Amino acid sequence: MIEAIRKLVDEHGRMPVPAASLKPDQDLYAAGLTSFATVQLMLAIEEHFDIEFPERMLNRRSFASLSAIAACFNEIEPARLAS
Amino acid sequence: MCVKCETFLDGLFEHGLLIDTGIDGLYGRGGTFERVVTGLESLISRYGDEDQAEVVRFPPGMNRKFFEKSGYLKSFPQLAGTIHSFDGNERAHGALLAKLEGGEDWTADQRATDIVLAPAACYPLYPAVAKRGPLPKPGLLFDLQSYCFRREPSKDPARMQMFRMREYVRIGTPEQVTAFRAVWLERGREFVNDLALPFDVDVANDPFFGRAGRIMASSQRDQGLKFELLVPIESVEKPTACLSFNYHQDHFGTTWGINTQSGDVAHTACVGFGLERLTLALFKHHGFDTAQWPAPVRQALWP
Repeated sequence: MIEAIRKLVDEHGRMPVPAASLKPDQDLYAAGLTSFATVQLMLAIEEHFDIEFPERMLNRRSFASLSAIAACFNEIEPARLAS
Repeated sequence: MCVKCETFLDGLFEHGLLIDTGIDGLYGRGGTFERVVTGLESLISRYGDEDQAEVVRFPPGMNRKFFEKSGYLKSFPQLAGTIHSFDGNERAHGALLAKLEGGEDWTADQRATDIVLAPAACYPLYPAVAKRGPLPKPGLLFDLQSYCFRREPSKDPARMQMFRMREYVRIGTPEQVTAFRAVWLERGREFVNDLALPFDVDVANDPFFGRAGRIMASSQRDQGLKFELLVPIESVEKPTACLSFNYHQDHFGTTWGINTQSGDVAHTACVGFGLERLTLALFKHHGFDTAQWPAPVRQALWP
């Protein structure tokens, strides 16, 4: 999961560092993720995994690290399976 | 006060302060209203003059290419206004007149011009500054004022579609720019105290569009990039932002390639004064007759 997200961060995050160098809990904003790039990343994740982030997750904290993004995904998935 | 007036807006019309045009958010201004605007502008200048800002005035239209590059359409497509015009031949003119005569929609044949309406006074400034090359060591400071357009029709007179924004814009290092904003957060409070208006200062976000905009808005709030000085006008629960203090970080510096002398991307910040909103706040709190306004307020506006 983390690896799939890492790849999307590389492709859409417009980060000054390669995503391979990022630890799961490392602060992506401190590593150079901008607000505009966060939006691009959010859209890319939605398309790649065919999910939709609910409104309550559309904030800065949801995308603060690779593991934070993975946690969002894990929260969305069961909901989608149940529906 | 006005017995016939149902709303604050009716009162403003009744007293000749604003003039109805048939469009919500698009009003004429009476002489007394303008006298208050002029007074406010002088008072703002008295606070800002010591910094010796460079005065620049742009018209309310801006170069469409600059507007496209600014990123405004990414964040606020719903607010933008473009200028279209007729550029056909005589036959097309005939068709236009026939449609007009028949009460049909004639606007679909209008063509976009290379001008769009300025959404904020500072938008035309950044590309002009970028052309000058690297910033001087102390950075730059500008004093701007322009009519601005935002497509948000409303019966709330404090939410106009065309309104004037006075701005000071600081361009420089992060330290220079955040210091500027801190100074104006203080000055802004003093300024509104001079006007004897109740206010609050709070963290805020711009009305970014759509779901992606939620992230932008949350990001702006979490980082404390925007503060507003709010005065109750149409409602106490939802007071109106009359001043805003914005730290854009390197957004405009990166977009326009503005660099400091040491070669780093410039940061920018601005303080914006909503001239109509402040004027409306004064009429709301001190009444429609300026002769009856508290003496210290009159003294501040017209010394």
